[in-house]
Amino acid sequence: MNDLLSLVDWSRAQFALTAMMHWIFVPLTIGLSLIVSVMESVYYKTREDSMKKITQFWMTLFAINFACGVATGIILEFEFGTNWSNYSWFVGDIFGAPLAIEGIFAFFLESTFFAVMMFGWNKVGPKFHLAATWLTAIGVCISALWILIANAWMQNPVGMEFDPEQARNVMSNFSEVALSPTATNKFLHTVLSGWVLGSVFVIGVSCFLLLRKSNEKATSTSIKIASIIGLIGIILTMWTGDGSAVQVSKVQPMKLAAMEGLYRGEAGGQSLVGFGILNPNKTIENDETAMIYSIDIPNGLSILAKHDSKAFVPGINDIIDGIELTENGDTIKNLSYAERIESGKKAHEALRRYNAAVEAKDFDATEQAAADLEANFKNFGYGYFDNPAQAVPNVPLTFYSFRIMVIGGGYLLLFFIISLAGVFKFKGLFKNKFVLLSGILTIPVVWIVSEAGWVVAEVGRQPWAVQDLLPVRAAVSSVSAASVETTFWIFVVLFSGLFIAEVSIMLREIFKASKEDITNR
Amino acid sequence: MKTLFSKIADLYIDGFKSMTVGKKLWILIIVKLIIIFAILKVFFFPDFLNSTCKDDVEKAAKVRKEITDKNRNYKTTLINNHLTTHAI
Repeated sequence: MNDLLSLVDWSRAQFALTAMMHWIFVPLTIGLSLIVSVMESVYYKTREDSMKKITQFWMTLFAINFACGVATGIILEFEFGTNWSNYSWFVGDIFGAPLAIEGIFAFFLESTFFAVMMFGWNKVGPKFHLAATWLTAIGVCISALWILIANAWMQNPVGMEFDPEQARNVMSNFSEVALSPTATNKFLHTVLSGWVLGSVFVIGVSCFLLLRKSNEKATSTSIKIASIIGLIGIILTMWTGDGSAVQVSKVQPMKLAAMEGLYRGEAGGQSLVGFGILNPNKTIENDETAMIYSIDIPNGLSILAKHDSKAFVPGINDIIDGIELTENGDTIKNLSYAERIESGKKAHEALRRYNAAVEAKDFDATEQAAADLEANFKNFGYGYFDNPAQAVPNVPLTFYSFRIMVIGGGYLLLFFIISLAGVFKFKGLFKNKFVLLSGILTIPVVWIVSEAGWVVAEVGRQPWAVQDLLPVRAAVSSVSAASVETTFWIFVVLFSGLFIAEVSIMLREIFKASKEDITNR
Repeated sequence: MKTLFSKIADLYIDGFKSMTVGKKLWILIIVKLIIIFAILKVFFFPDFLNSTCKDDVEKAAKVRKEITDKNRNYKTTLINNHLTTHAI
């Protein structure tokens, strides 16, 4: 058992490292691809040479990020095949199909037009070049779409049936998979957050150039465009975040309870923890208070999760006990985790019987086992647990990451409002050293906020690889923990090298720009 | 058709020739791809099921066994809505 836990932990650590490193590059690619497309559109309309040079400057930084990030996502696919082979087989074509479409269609669209965008300034007409730049940005979004559809399916598995003969899920409804509310919300929330990150990057780098008293006109134009995109991006990110919260409350209530550090819900409306410190001694087994200190927003969680100020939001213990409360405080009894675990174990037993019946070529027994499996399959994943505590995610990590994301999002809204005011109304603002330094320091902040969002999504759904169906402990391959540990450290070295390369090449380019007029290169 | 191909080739050849920061990036990309595909994939990340099973039927049997055996050392019983677990 300890070996299994160690293997699961190392496999998860390696996947988390790879995914978080990959996510350093991706949102900047998403955001900058849109910003350079808008900049080039302005150039196309005005035909001002300075606008072309500004576009080319940001395009160079986009290319550096693209080059450093390209293929880092492929490593995740290697890990699926080696470390998570049970998972890879179990999810079948549902996961494979979107990834294959991403690889064949979107990546080639993106990389073909990327070449035209970078090399084609003097080779193709302005209209074709502009189209190539926009198609690169669209290709980036389509890539993200397929990956996020696959991820959303893991959080909300729909549009499939489990085939015991193949021991895998088979897609029964493509549109249900591709257009599930979880997928659409996730796609929009993620892409829009990329706009925000790209905009902060442009404003932050512009602040650096202004601090060195360089490129005043180019940075002013850049900040204007980035502030508008950033403000639209953060407002829409908040709106889609609200949609995500509603979805999470429906399909992953345990994640929502962990995000809030909520153990018992209250009838008549649940408050939202605006800021809080969790009690480290609180567990599902004791009656200690969940919070040491908190600033609450009355009825906030009910509004956020259910769009109804009086709605009941179940806490961790309510979900384990299968309890909901009506507005009047009456109890509604659903399936408890103990009952789900029992049902899951029946599903496992049915699959074992199916195995034996297939080997014995006993057709009747096979049919009976398949029917028993189908009746209990929705709780299949719970069959791996021996007690409900094993089905609870890491509450502190989910809770604090959620606060970083939300409070950081609020700061970014303010940041873009101030930035817009600075370029359109209070012109002296971007001469203030404190404002410029804040602009630069917001660059790491936006990355932390963005990564925190993924921590909420992925840690909050633990222990599931596929929600309710396959926990991570069953998803791992029977490989040695030592081999996963070895590759983990190889990745630490590789990714650190890539990160240092990206930052140093980018900084060199930015320092170079600070010593010359980028509109007159 | 040849003209189109030669135009595409020119785009890439001239593009590579006139690169400044791009040369460093291409070296970075090539080194990275060699590490990923020639070292990591070959030596550290074999496809687990492909390397242990010869066809899909074997893969299905292996995974079916794997996912049902992972909790087989324990038997859990539900009594009065509480679970009791015994080693078997």
